[in-house]
Amino acid sequence: MHDVLIIGAGCVGSCVAYELSKYNLNVLLLDKENDVALGASRANTAIVHGGYDPDPNTLMGKYNVRGAKKCMELVETLDIEFRKTGSLVVAFNDKEMETVKQTYERGLANGCPNMEIWDAEQVHAHEPNISKDIIGALWVPESGVMNPWEFTISHVEVAVREGVDLELNQKVVDLIDQGDSWLVKTETDEFETKYVVNAAGVHSDEIHNLVAEPAYAIHPTRGQYYLLDRSQGEIVNSVIFPTPNEQTKGILVSPTIHFHTLVGPDAERIPDKEDTSTTRDGLDYIAGEATRCVPGLNFRTNIRNYAGVRANSDLNDFFVDFIARDILELGAIKSPGLTCSPVLAEEGVKMLKEKGLKLEEKSNWDGTRKVTRFKTLSPEDKQKALERNPKYGRVICRCEHITEGEIIDALERGMPVTSLDAVKRRCGTGMGRCQGGFCGPRIVEILARETGIDVEDVLQDKLGSYIITGRTKTNEKPEVTKS
Amino acid sequence: MKQIKEYELIIIGGGPAGLGAALSAHQNGLKDILIVERDIFLGGILNQCIHNGFGLHYFGEELTGPEYSQRFIDQLEDTSIEVKLDTMAMNLENTEDYRFVHIMNMEEGYQILKAKAVILAMGCRERTRMQIQIPGTRASGIILAGQAQQYVNLEGLMIGKKVIVLGSGDVGLIMARRLTLEGAEVVACVEVMPHLGGLNRNYVQCLKDFDIPLYLSHTITNIRGQRRVEGVTVQEVDSNGKPIPGTEKDYDVDTVLLSVGLIPENELSSEAGVELDPRTSGPIVYENDETSSPGIFACGNVLHVHDLVDHVTEEAEAAGYAAACYVKDGGCVTENATRIELKPDSNITYTVPQHIRLEDIEKNVRIYFRVRQNYHDPVQVLVRDGNNNQIAKFKRPYMFPGEMENIRLPRQLLDRVVGNELTISVEE
Repeated sequence: MHDVLIIGAGCVGSCVAYELSKYNLNVLLLDKENDVALGASRANTAIVHGGYDPDPNTLMGKYNVRGAKKCMELVETLDIEFRKTGSLVVAFNDKEMETVKQTYERGLANGCPNMEIWDAEQVHAHEPNISKDIIGALWVPESGVMNPWEFTISHVEVAVREGVDLELNQKVVDLIDQGDSWLVKTETDEFETKYVVNAAGVHSDEIHNLVAEPAYAIHPTRGQYYLLDRSQGEIVNSVIFPTPNEQTKGILVSPTIHFHTLVGPDAERIPDKEDTSTTRDGLDYIAGEATRCVPGLNFRTNIRNYAGVRANSDLNDFFVDFIARDILELGAIKSPGLTCSPVLAEEGVKMLKEKGLKLEEKSNWDGTRKVTRFKTLSPEDKQKALERNPKYGRVICRCEHITEGEIIDALERGMPVTSLDAVKRRCGTGMGRCQGGFCGPRIVEILARETGIDVEDVLQDKLGSYIITGRTKTNEKPEVTKS
Repeated sequence: MKQIKEYELIIIGGGPAGLGAALSAHQNGLKDILIVERDIFLGGILNQCIHNGFGLHYFGEELTGPEYSQRFIDQLEDTSIEVKLDTMAMNLENTEDYRFVHIMNMEEGYQILKAKAVILAMGCRERTRMQIQIPGTRASGIILAGQAQQYVNLEGLMIGKKVIVLGSGDVGLIMARRLTLEGAEVVACVEVMPHLGGLNRNYVQCLKDFDIPLYLSHTITNIRGQRRVEGVTVQEVDSNGKPIPGTEKDYDVDTVLLSVGLIPENELSSEAGVELDPRTSGPIVYENDETSSPGIFACGNVLHVHDLVDHVTEEAEAAGYAAACYVKDGGCVTENATRIELKPDSNITYTVPQHIRLEDIEKNVRIYFRVRQNYHDPVQVLVRDGNNNQIAKFKRPYMFPGEMENIRLPRQLLDRVVGNELTISVEE
């Protein structure tokens, strides 16, 4: 019997697991995929938002500034890649400047610190590559870009190390009330638990509707992106937002933690929550909009297009409440969900306590994590790291200079890693301009060797994304279809 | 950081270019030569090229890739050339007197080496699906031709059952045949350009002989399948490369093999301040393969993408010779030599070298170039100087973009050049 079962290992569920790992509890974290952070936490804009955007009367408005502060602490505690770049909301005309000023006021109401209204000269001094037509902007220094994969993974790595159980490939299909506990049924197994936390992201409404009357509807909203190579230099220093409208924060141009440039997202309502495909029209629209703010963007330096599906809903806020006895929902989490996730976890655990969950602190809980990022070390520290583990001396990903030592470190941090993309999310391999062209086969080999799985079972990404279809020279008769 | 060790010449890359350059530099009098190779074998990309057809020009016989490179590796035995395998060149710094190469490996850690001259021979990488921006899902089964070659030929692993090939570069054509021989069904090869990307002999031997259809002026406009590829949409494109609505055709395949171009790998070069030519993506070089940074030379696919390894070897030998001259005499460069810029006309995509220094040319200079379109009928390659005087004329029975061409310009003709530029053009 578990004390708490968390459905969904995205940023929110992972923060809840981390928070609960502080206490003497039997906690189980479930995810339907073969790794954590595979929903909205995987494909998003990777921003710690300052807190000027949400309506002060929403939970998003209440949690954002606190979340941003908490994120900036967590990137230290958990050694998460982060750059405090600040952000600009830029205006092209007087009408937009009005909106920028209202945004400033909203930021004040939300408690967003150190904001400034800048004139054109200040904007261009800070961002020389931005459109000359911009007449002013809101400057929000307390914001930045963060690795959302590492944010989620690091929380789970520490939670698992501190005793939380993690079960992957477990899609919840039913929740059965047993009077004093819940039976959580997945496609293959059953788990008993006292409390349940629904953190199923874009699927949170489906879990909700298993036990309660519908309270909201998720409108899956796809956003597409370009990731441009660092070869064009850092074209922007901070996150550049156009003036927002009711639908979206607009197409932004952002530096990344790895010094690439990120452009996107659009906002397209789609029927299928899992449809993360990109489209020509969507990509062309993004490129056009972004060029309006930053005319010098060179889309020929594209190294990756991707799309994510966010859990927008008709609530226009997060849904945080008990939906049945001892089932807490942290649902309908849309932007700024990543920024707010540590606060959602803290508030969620508080609510569980109020419902009777006993929180007895562990005496030896360690909430920290440290990883070796070889290329960022000083020459002296590189030498020390090499003495500790010579495998830091073998570069596997030649574009991003990621070493075999770092890959093996990631495999040894307590979570199952079975795919090339899982290695990429942990180490940054294959994120450069060759997109794994060279290192892919070598990582397949390392994964098979280190984890004991067969090379044919190493996946690209989710279950079913097999890379290898068999072995050559197996004496099977070739089937050649003549056309 | 360990003490700085010094070499006369460091060659970055131990593929055919690096091997040819090292042996040539050694034959021309250098003793302290180091080859830095990131793989655990010498030979570079040739290790996975198990088909034959290598060496026809250079050895006058047909060899496989590994056989071709082994001929050079065997020659290393009797030389003082040092080789570091499983070693990555991390950084290259250029100063007036020395080049500093930062290297790393598991045995010796991180080291900075010093060299009088450096030859860049890092080869190239494959252009990806993302660089040509095919929309759709990011399922598995979208694989680069060279990567597929590595899985199939080196690891003995198959990468698909029903395959469509996008792009008609040589590696793609070769892999269409290889996958067919290994039991896969290759349904088609589609090429966005109106002409073949690779060598005509590869079209004949790899597609035609296996009844694999080639669709020119066609491209893939969508990829389906959330986990593994389930299918693609192919569309015809107009003369601007834009997909023509109404020409969509769907193929159910589990694999998309991409052969959409090779890009010289010059991140190390740019960091060292070596100037690149946007037309080749390789360094801008003089007649002796010396880059804009004195003491740094380049040859092989890092300089421009070749179709035949025989040409790589030829170029590498010239670079090795030039680097040896540089180390022994402080360069082959005449003070204030007459610099002539080679300009490709609109029907030529690039030339290598991009500049020549007249006084440094001993007998003649070889110019490599590619044409932009197919010429099925006899053509003339014309070389004109700044005054539009014709300096030389070469006849060719046909010319194709997929086949690199070269001409030799004798010094005595070059002495007649008026002005500081030469234009190279093709006329039907």
